[in-house]
Amino acid sequence: MLKERGLIDLENVAYTYSGGELLSEMTLSIASGAFYFLTGPSGSGKTTFLKMCYGALVPTTGTIAIFGQDPRKMTRDDIALTRRRIGVVHQDCQFLDHLNVVDNIALPLAAAGQDTLADGANLKELLNWVGLGHRADALPPELSGGERQRAALARAVIMSPDIILADEPTGNVDWEMSQRLLQLLVELNRMGKTVVIASHDLSLIRAAKTEVQARVLRIYNKRVQLAGANL
Amino acid sequence: MTTPNDDSGFPISHDTSRDRVVPPTGFTAGLTTFTSAAMAFLVVFALALSLAANRLSDRWSAALAGGATLRISAPAEQMGSQLAQAIKVLKTTPGIAEARVITPDEQQALLEPWFGPDLPVDALPIPRLIDIREDSRGYDAQGLRLRLAAEVPGAVLDDHSRWQRPLVKAAQRVWALGLFAIVLMAATSAAMITLATRAAMAANAQVVAVLRLIGARDSYIAAAFVRRFTLRAFLGAAIGTAAGALAVYLLPSKNDQAMILSGLGFQQLQWMWLLALPPIIAGVAFFATRQATRRELRRLR
Repeated sequence: MLKERGLIDLENVAYTYSGGELLSEMTLSIASGAFYFLTGPSGSGKTTFLKMCYGALVPTTGTIAIFGQDPRKMTRDDIALTRRRIGVVHQDCQFLDHLNVVDNIALPLAAAGQDTLADGANLKELLNWVGLGHRADALPPELSGGERQRAALARAVIMSPDIILADEPTGNVDWEMSQRLLQLLVELNRMGKTVVIASHDLSLIRAAKTEVQARVLRIYNKRVQLAGANL
Repeated sequence: MTTPNDDSGFPISHDTSRDRVVPPTGFTAGLTTFTSAAMAFLVVFALALSLAANRLSDRWSAALAGGATLRISAPAEQMGSQLAQAIKVLKTTPGIAEARVITPDEQQALLEPWFGPDLPVDALPIPRLIDIREDSRGYDAQGLRLRLAAEVPGAVLDDHSRWQRPLVKAAQRVWALGLFAIVLMAATSAAMITLATRAAMAANAQVVAVLRLIGARDSYIAAAFVRRFTLRAFLGAAIGTAAGALAVYLLPSKNDQAMILSGLGFQQLQWMWLLALPPIIAGVAFFATRQATRRELRRLR
């Protein structure tokens, strides 16, 4: 087992896809309670990086430790249990379209064997927090892009995860909505959650710097580096 | 505690989400129900055939066991003395409980199905028969043959084993074939349900991916599919069993002219076997679906 330094630690990680190296020599530690932006051009490997962080992909070489555990040595149940500590927000949100918003948001509770009815009050509070209290019984296809992202964020945080990984969460929304989503993520960070946002939107990152002390990681030439102040 | 559509206005479902995570529609639903119904229908007939063959085997065994026939062919003037001598030999043979000469009327009745009621039995040189019943100890057929050869030259002992054994063996094979057919049908059901499960999982790849993403264990995801397919298989099997039972019940009733065909069916408590069919087919579906889902899930991280 790797020596645990942060929530997620990568050491000399490389990932090869279809014979070509997508990421190379990545060594970094995601510290608890920090706020990260991960930036880089489209196709640079941001999503791949996030997928390795929640165990959906394993590095081709190098080692990664998620909460101190090597995903290669984890059982499938271990991976499932680890994912309950990681909230993931995808750009395309990934809902079950036949379930309404509140059932989609409560899905992690149900999958964890918790009583969704008993958590009704918390669910209501959570939906109001993301501004979807009035859309609880809507089906996902009936939601706007911003509503979908906020619902996905609510689902990601319902298990009170240690870390939230958001992959281009503002990719399909207007500037106003992206600011609102960013505000929600900043609030979560102030509650002590670690936040990692993958985004190629530099204006969003610049705007966030006034709200939160964010560390900006940039994937450049297959490697990750701390970006300077002049984004 | 919040309840569905309570004062909070929250439409939260009861804890049935495990069943609801898989969309309820799809051709696999109909396929599973139809396959289970068809297989259950066929199993009812295979079971009826097996049980009928088993009954036939038992009946032939019971009817023929413990009995033998002595056939005496002799000139008319010697027939009486040879019959008397044969009876004497039989009565002094250990293991024989009863020996009785078949009367001409009884012989005529036996021949009537082939030659009609007007056959002049008395005028024809047909052999006379002695019906032999053995006791619980049984007799030594080979020893009796030797004695008869010496004392009653026209006598031929037929202990029924010559044609009893092939008949019983044939009936037992039909019984075994019926059971084999049932096993084959169960295997076919399992294969079809496995295919349907894999198709359902492929059609619901997005659902499976979302469930893995939010931290659902394989057992949770598998249960969503297993429960659904098991219930569909049970429903289909219940329909197929009911239809098969009705068809067997409506078969022509037993009569002497079509003994084997009309004997196809269930007797008394044998009908209870049918009650076990839907749970058994649902059990087959349960294990087939569980295996298929777990195998498919192992492909995903």
